[in-house]
Amino acid sequence: MSSPTGPLLAVRDLVQEFEVRGRGGSRGGVVRAVSGVSFDVRPGETLGIVGETGSGKSTLARAIVQAPRPRSGSVVFRGADLARLRGRRLLEARRQLQMVFQDPYASLDPTWRVEEIVSEPLVAHRVGDGASRRSRVAELLDLVRLDPRRYSGRRPRELSGGECQRVAIARALALSPALIICDEAVSSFDVLIQAQVLNLFERLRVELGLSYLFIAHDLAIVKQVSDRVAVMYLGRLCEVGPPDAMYRRPLHPYTLALLASIPEPDPNRERRLHRTIAGEPPSPIDPPSGCRFRTRCPRAEGRCAEEVPPLRVVAGDRQVACHFPLEQEASP
Amino acid sequence: MERQVTREPGLLLEVDDLHVRLRRGDREIRAVRGLTYRVSVGRTLAIVGESGSGKTVSCRAVMGLLPPTAVVTGSARLEGKELLGLPDAEMREHLGADLAMVFQDPVRSLNPTMRIGAQITEAIQEHLPLSRGEAGRRAVELLERVRIPLAGRRFHEYPHQLSGGMRQRVMIAIALACHPRLLIADEATTALDVTTQAQIMELLLELQRELGMALVFISHDLSLAASYADEVMVMYAGRAVERAPTRTLFAQVRMPYTRALLEAIPRLDRPAHSLLPVVPGQPPDPSAQHVGCSFAERCPNVRPACRETAPPLEQHEPDHFWACWNPCQVGWAG
Repeated sequence: MSSPTGPLLAVRDLVQEFEVRGRGGSRGGVVRAVSGVSFDVRPGETLGIVGETGSGKSTLARAIVQAPRPRSGSVVFRGADLARLRGRRLLEARRQLQMVFQDPYASLDPTWRVEEIVSEPLVAHRVGDGASRRSRVAELLDLVRLDPRRYSGRRPRELSGGECQRVAIARALALSPALIICDEAVSSFDVLIQAQVLNLFERLRVELGLSYLFIAHDLAIVKQVSDRVAVMYLGRLCEVGPPDAMYRRPLHPYTLALLASIPEPDPNRERRLHRTIAGEPPSPIDPPSGCRFRTRCPRAEGRCAEEVPPLRVVAGDRQVACHFPLEQEASP
Repeated sequence: MERQVTREPGLLLEVDDLHVRLRRGDREIRAVRGLTYRVSVGRTLAIVGESGSGKTVSCRAVMGLLPPTAVVTGSARLEGKELLGLPDAEMREHLGADLAMVFQDPVRSLNPTMRIGAQITEAIQEHLPLSRGEAGRRAVELLERVRIPLAGRRFHEYPHQLSGGMRQRVMIAIALACHPRLLIADEATTALDVTTQAQIMELLLELQRELGMALVFISHDLSLAASYADEVMVMYAGRAVERAPTRTLFAQVRMPYTRALLEAIPRLDRPAHSLLPVVPGQPPDPSAQHVGCSFAERCPNVRPACRETAPPLEQHEPDHFWACWNPCQVGWAG
């Protein structure tokens, strides 16, 4: 068990790689999906992870829950290193670590009723008997604001996307987790449904004292729910810190480019388009040497190709992995 | 019914009282319920709404791209010429040459077994009397025009060898093959990453200026409209509920639905952990016949009149149209 002040989740030097075969099976390669990522999630905290396609953010989420296991590194959750546990002990350690995914229809069995879906973790972990499970399911559906009398008997296809996601969240809450990993959990919804689900996550955090690892490609969404934000690019973290400070004064050139690319609902806002970056992320099969952002970075110098910039603390709660981080005057 | 405007110079597309009914199984979906709007030469109109609001169906109706079972009524005129009800052969002549469309999913729009150069060349030859060699040279020019690096090499590649952003650039190149006067982009950047989205939107606006095209972009994202459009039309349940030049709209949103959409957007300047203002419920059943305003059930401003008669889209202030009996008051700004 971790000490009360220690992190709930401590990820250290996590590496995940996959071998792929080239055309004709001859020329192989290794996808360097996650390359030495370290961070903490403190009790009661929401850590947001933002990254674009190919940044490795979803692979990171799966490596944390050991599905599949990472190549190397440690994932200490409530004092136990998940990467070293197996079988029943891993299952027990993971009870308090649950996931919510992007596509609620794909993550729920279409032939099951809502009550069966929500009680499944209770059955799998042999919690309570039939009667106590039924009352727990009703309690969970109330928590996600679905009337148990109306929804218990329905099947996923009889629900809207937002309702389906609420069922998936109720299932994730069944075993009273301490940490929920949300992988693009609101990305597929229209803005009004998205706002309803974001508010639900927020209320559950307050009511149940939950922590979240909130992963998404949209920095504005991540910022809305997070105490700290980690920006990920091509398998590594670029910058970690409180979102307001990051928004006012990004330290990493990639964070600045990301902020400049986000459209905001304000036509009078000065267009920051000249600060966006050209090109697209290189392949994770053969990532650039040194800093992986250097091939698109306007500040890159020779050193960036030779040395991997470590994620270092710059001021208080802020960390950056850059040889030439942005200074005060570079605010967006 | 919106006041009729006499045709002014520079008016490119005029859509009047457009209705579309679609068959889905044994149900009839009333996807578009009386839509009227104008697009002028060289201007950018954003059509904004949620899934099922009718924004895509209305544009496909204008382009004659709906299945034959769809019932389309009303009028859509390109430079005064009626497009609705044109024979297929005649419509095909307009498609590409006058009107072109870019879709959300370039993977499904491109032929996976054909090199991209051949696909662009084919699109050019469909409308212009060029030899294969000339059309091929023009295809490379188009790839350069949409800022694809190493265009000559990309010409010989297959769609799967390109990234999502590059495939969308190829789709834009195909759409531009015959200098259309109106380009409709249907959620063309929705599937892309935010940095790629910014690049594609910039490209579309640059091309619009270079080629003097009008651009209609369909999006669920009011932020994208705020950043890139001259004019915004908000749709809900098959109708336009508010329409104005972008700055006018965001300075003073009037229709409560537009306000709900705007307030629900997570913004970078909002404090963390704040609850987003939300309206309850979901859009109405698209097969139902509405009495009164279709947003009444979810509307914080609802009054008894709203449940009885549907408010028409009318011009209440210069260039600012809204359809509401009890609009948001002056003083609340986006």
